[in-house]
Amino acid sequence: MEFFQSIDWMQMLRCFVVGGLICIIGQILIDKTKLTPARILVIFVTTGAILGGLGIYKYLIDFAGCGATVPLTGFGANLAKGAIQEVQNSGLLGAFIGGVKMSAGGIAAAVFFGYIASLIAKPKIKKQ
Amino acid sequence: MKHVGTQTILFDAPPTILETSSIVGPKESQGPLAKYFDQCLDDEFWGEKTWEKAESKIIKENVNGVINKSGIAATDIDYCFAGDLLNQCISSSFGLREINVPFFGIFGACSTFVESLCLGAVFIEGGAANNVLCATSSHFCSAEKQFRFPLELGNQRPPSAQWTVTGSGAAIITKQGTGPFITCITPGKIVDMGIKDANNMGAAMAPAALDTLITHFRDTGRKPSYYDAIITGDLGHIGKEILTELAETKGYNIKANYNDCGVLIFDKEKQDTHSGGSGCACCGAVFSGYFFRQLKEKKINRILLIATGALMNSTSSQQGETIPGIAHAIAIEN
Amino acid sequence: MKPIETKQEYSNYVDQKSPNSPILKNCFNAFWVGGLICSIGQILFDFCKFKGLDETSSSSIVSIVLIGIAAILTGLNIFNKIGKFAGAGSLVPITGFANSIVSPAIEYKSEGYVMGVGGKMFTVAGPVLVFGISASVIIGIIYTFFV
Repeated sequence: MEFFQSIDWMQMLRCFVVGGLICIIGQILIDKTKLTPARILVIFVTTGAILGGLGIYKYLIDFAGCGATVPLTGFGANLAKGAIQEVQNSGLLGAFIGGVKMSAGGIAAAVFFGYIASLIAKPKIKKQ
Repeated sequence: MKHVGTQTILFDAPPTILETSSIVGPKESQGPLAKYFDQCLDDEFWGEKTWEKAESKIIKENVNGVINKSGIAATDIDYCFAGDLLNQCISSSFGLREINVPFFGIFGACSTFVESLCLGAVFIEGGAANNVLCATSSHFCSAEKQFRFPLELGNQRPPSAQWTVTGSGAAIITKQGTGPFITCITPGKIVDMGIKDANNMGAAMAPAALDTLITHFRDTGRKPSYYDAIITGDLGHIGKEILTELAETKGYNIKANYNDCGVLIFDKEKQDTHSGGSGCACCGAVFSGYFFRQLKEKKINRILLIATGALMNSTSSQQGETIPGIAHAIAIEN
Repeated sequence: MKPIETKQEYSNYVDQKSPNSPILKNCFNAFWVGGLICSIGQILFDFCKFKGLDETSSSSIVSIVLIGIAAILTGLNIFNKIGKFAGAGSLVPITGFANSIVSPAIEYKSEGYVMGVGGKMFTVAGPVLVFGISASVIIGIIYTFFV
């Protein structure tokens, strides 16, 4: 209960709107170009990494919180942020360590849950 | 048998299509033609472990079905022509490995059914065989897996996309019979008009269908009105419209008697199949289930069946190649 | 209508014949589903911080939980329905990344756990890692030498 009182609803609204807008960009790419889902994901993650590397993306994160970190651009920005932080700590070696270290949780979770899901689930036809 | 015009073969003693059989999957069983198919499955796996095994079982059971219906012994079948969409045609060769009939595996993408009828008819007319078995199959799930994306991927299908028909069509053609007769065939050329979008197969294949259609009329001197029905294999809603309009610009009005198996097999509004059905079984099952019966019951007497195929695979798509189309026409008359 | 002779004419004709995606409806659905997924992430994030975790750990937990949920929904054959409805709304958030790893894993199970599940798991999402990680390494190298 105390937690719900602590939620910043304006922050939540900014998160919703920014996250939604980033998805709209993706939807326009899907409908207007003939890009496959894999290409769209790559465009988002690379754009995020570049914006993160240039130090621009963190302003969007400050503004929208998870509205900026949950979309794949945030995943890309996180990779870039990790690389830069680690370079600051350990030099050139950090360029190779930092990115994956920073996003290790997400990658490991996707691989692990993917494996578990394949053990349990059976492919099914789309009903539509 | 004689060669007329540029591409057409006319038969002197036309072979008879003795019997056909069709099996379709659950989605097709909810479509408008459901009652015409011999067997409707309620499970895409049909008790098998994989999509590929399921597709093999479909073609195997369908071939057994047509042999039973025809009343001739399997040992009296001289040759078999069959093919499907999977790499190296594994559904047909695995499904038919126990049937003990000399086997020709063929690939014409979704035009395979008519390709097999063409080859079978020529074999019979040439005296090489008395009875020939022609079969084809496709499966939505195995086709999606091979050509597109995993089934569980949350992507959107564009409005021009088509739905691969799960099922099989099979026919036995024979030398002596009382019809319906295969009177002539027009095997098609490969036509590529530069379409790259693998989600718009109808548009990629329509120029090939147009080429075969016009060549057929020119070679035989027949007019569109000669036929009770002109039926293409799987151009879908978009391809059907394109073919109708393009044929008109060339001076052939086919509006009155033209339709497409991909349009007929699904209810576009209710079943959300976008541009309609596709796949080898689209033409195969719709002809075997619906049109053959119409011919048998003399509701229609002359049909021009043009099966269309898109000769591409996922590698060629990824390499940015355009999609070559093909269309084979076969005239079946009482 | 004039007869069509060239590939260019045909391509233009096909573009005009092919129906467009209902882009307004799609964008609206993408907007609210995408926004909703991000908001769920935000609530989780706030909750983690409320419990006293730092920002980096909270971020990781948000990713892991959203990926977990997407994996479960994929396994239950629900995610593809959400994806069909929402398009980029479920693809662009980290849930889309999870779905693109889990869906081939399930689909290729029939080819065995090593070469099927293990080998094909990255058919859709592999490029994301390749380009994302490569970009981060390049950025790190540039940062080492030029900043």
